[in-house]
Amino acid sequence: MMPQFSYWDILRNLIYAGELTVMLSLIAFIGGGIVGMVLLLARVWRPQVFGSVFNIYVQLFQGTPLLMQLFLSYFGLRLFGIEVSVWVSAGLALTLYTSAFLAEIWRGCVASIPKGQWEAGASLALSFGEQMRYVVAPQAMRIAIPPTVGFLVQVIKGTALASVIGFAELTRAGNMIANVTYQPFTVFATVGLLYFCLCYPISLTARYLERKTNAVRR
Amino acid sequence: MPSAAEATAPHKRIVDINALRKSYGDNEVLKGIDLHVRPGEVVAIIGKSGSGKSTLLRCINGLEEFQDGGLVVDGKPLLYDNASAMRALRQSVGMIFQSFNLFPHLSVGRNIMLAPSLVKKRDKTAARVQAEALLERVGLEDKFDAMPEQLSGGQQQRVAIARALAMDPKVLLCDEITSALDPELVGEVLGVVEGLAKEGMTLLMVTHEMRFARKVSDRVVFMHQGRVHEMGPPAELFGNPQTAELRQFLSSLQE
Amino acid sequence: MTVQLDFLAVLHYWPMLLTGVAWTLALTVLAIVVGLALSVTFAWVRVEGPRWAAIPVAAYVELLRNTPFIVQLYFIFFGLPELGLRLSPVLASAIALVLNLGAYSTEIIRAGLSATPKGQTEAALSLALTRYQVFTRVVLPPAMQKVWPSLVSQIIIVMLGSAVCGQIATEELNYAANVISANTFHTFESYIIATVIYLALAILIRRLLNWAGPRLIFGG
Repeated sequence: MMPQFSYWDILRNLIYAGELTVMLSLIAFIGGGIVGMVLLLARVWRPQVFGSVFNIYVQLFQGTPLLMQLFLSYFGLRLFGIEVSVWVSAGLALTLYTSAFLAEIWRGCVASIPKGQWEAGASLALSFGEQMRYVVAPQAMRIAIPPTVGFLVQVIKGTALASVIGFAELTRAGNMIANVTYQPFTVFATVGLLYFCLCYPISLTARYLERKTNAVRR
Repeated sequence: MPSAAEATAPHKRIVDINALRKSYGDNEVLKGIDLHVRPGEVVAIIGKSGSGKSTLLRCINGLEEFQDGGLVVDGKPLLYDNASAMRALRQSVGMIFQSFNLFPHLSVGRNIMLAPSLVKKRDKTAARVQAEALLERVGLEDKFDAMPEQLSGGQQQRVAIARALAMDPKVLLCDEITSALDPELVGEVLGVVEGLAKEGMTLLMVTHEMRFARKVSDRVVFMHQGRVHEMGPPAELFGNPQTAELRQFLSSLQE
Repeated sequence: MTVQLDFLAVLHYWPMLLTGVAWTLALTVLAIVVGLALSVTFAWVRVEGPRWAAIPVAAYVELLRNTPFIVQLYFIFFGLPELGLRLSPVLASAIALVLNLGAYSTEIIRAGLSATPKGQTEAALSLALTRYQVFTRVVLPPAMQKVWPSLVSQIIIVMLGSAVCGQIATEELNYAANVISANTFHTFESYIIATVIYLALAILIRRLLNWAGPRLIFGG
């Protein structure tokens, strides 16, 4: 006999899986932010040495499907005999993916700060680190916040692909629930709606921040 | 014909530039510069754009890297790959830029206090007292909490001067510091610079203000095609130019 | 331990890879042509169209931009049959890609249209051009030119995103890699090769579109 599922059962289970989506997104966003920051600092510190490494890294992650990155992380780690949970595979791929995009966004922001600001810092005997920390970063950060917040939406949507390697987040839960309830229309509509509820407020925030930053600048 | 400054013994030189060469790729922009500056001397560097005068100035505090020759300021040699030597040298050399380059996210007072607190580890109260004193000296004592964007160009440049002075530099480099200013604001900035000259600050300034150069400087350096083409006291150089290039340059300014 | 990698075993299946590339390209071209046509229309609706049409278009754009592509695809492929609308994998993929690119491009082109000065339109109208002529001849070309780099980037993102279509058995490149890995057990190598091909496609398509844009889309 087939068990009966109320809409409440479906929604409850999806929301539970949605928590994993949020957690994976945060891991990728924070991890990607840290890796991206290291990449950016290396590039700005010694452009001759790290410039091409940086460009290749960004090209590689922006020029290949996130799905392939997830597969390569999942099967690659196993190939080298490292048995890890899907948290690690998914977290690693999404972190690297996020780091490439964030580093590139931030590089643009740092590059938009006039060279004279670095030079003024240098002529006051500030070290590279002090020029970055006290002169350039505070100015770059102001312009970097809106696109960074906006990219969080891309990260959340990106975590949906982790379902393909078996990570039981929102999309994967949708698949499984659709299979047992035979209500794929309802289930995937709800899954979409839950993603929308997560992402839309962030999109609106990013847009609001961008308008505010532009207003201050001009 | 060695001038008085050239004859100065090495230990009396605060800026000592020997056979300095600098190129961008194949393009050599400084073709062996020798320049020796006494403490308290005011040197004006003039010349056409592209003559290398700004590049020379920017070499003195290491903003531009040169390929050959030597540069010593206040006994500290310029060593690019030695961060602490670089830091030591830059503490002796202040620089004022054409485009002011104030830090837009910091108030006027914080602009001045930033480097002393970071580099000289001056405590906050001492840094503040000093910043207030410097602002008074450039006539902006009421602007401590203002943001740079609220100031006129002339006021911003005076803050930039105060900011450079806060590091107690031995030498001040001025790179066309009035070129970005509206004509009516030039005077207030030059007034501050003239005051510094009178107080005995060593000044190297790239300038287009010939009248100012004549009035304030002890020595004028005319640069042409990457070389020091002619050098001497302002009265001599402006009154009796020796080379055709300098004569041509000076007459081009008359128009 | 040593890891033995055998790329040749994978490359042995080159006809399958080639078929995959062909489908990936076919889907991408379709998305570009239909998706861009859709988004120019929708962008016009959002900027100059009637309010009753602009609001649904805005809702469509926001809905698609704030949900993952894979969920959109699953909704079309798995969800719609519940309403009696059964689509083949290719058709479902095509619709999903068109709608997805359409939403992003609508927003991009709309931004470009809004940036065109009002005076341009007024000048053209005063020359007795029809509204349609004004839009297609005067307003649209400079807007497209301005936003073309963003559109190219978005097209690349959609092309790379189309890898997901393999999950519903559309025979594009990712699907080819899936099948080859199942046949050879050289899973890692299969995906490495697919990834390299995707990278090459991304570079190629970007070059091609950067070249084609000024000549075909908004050129004289």
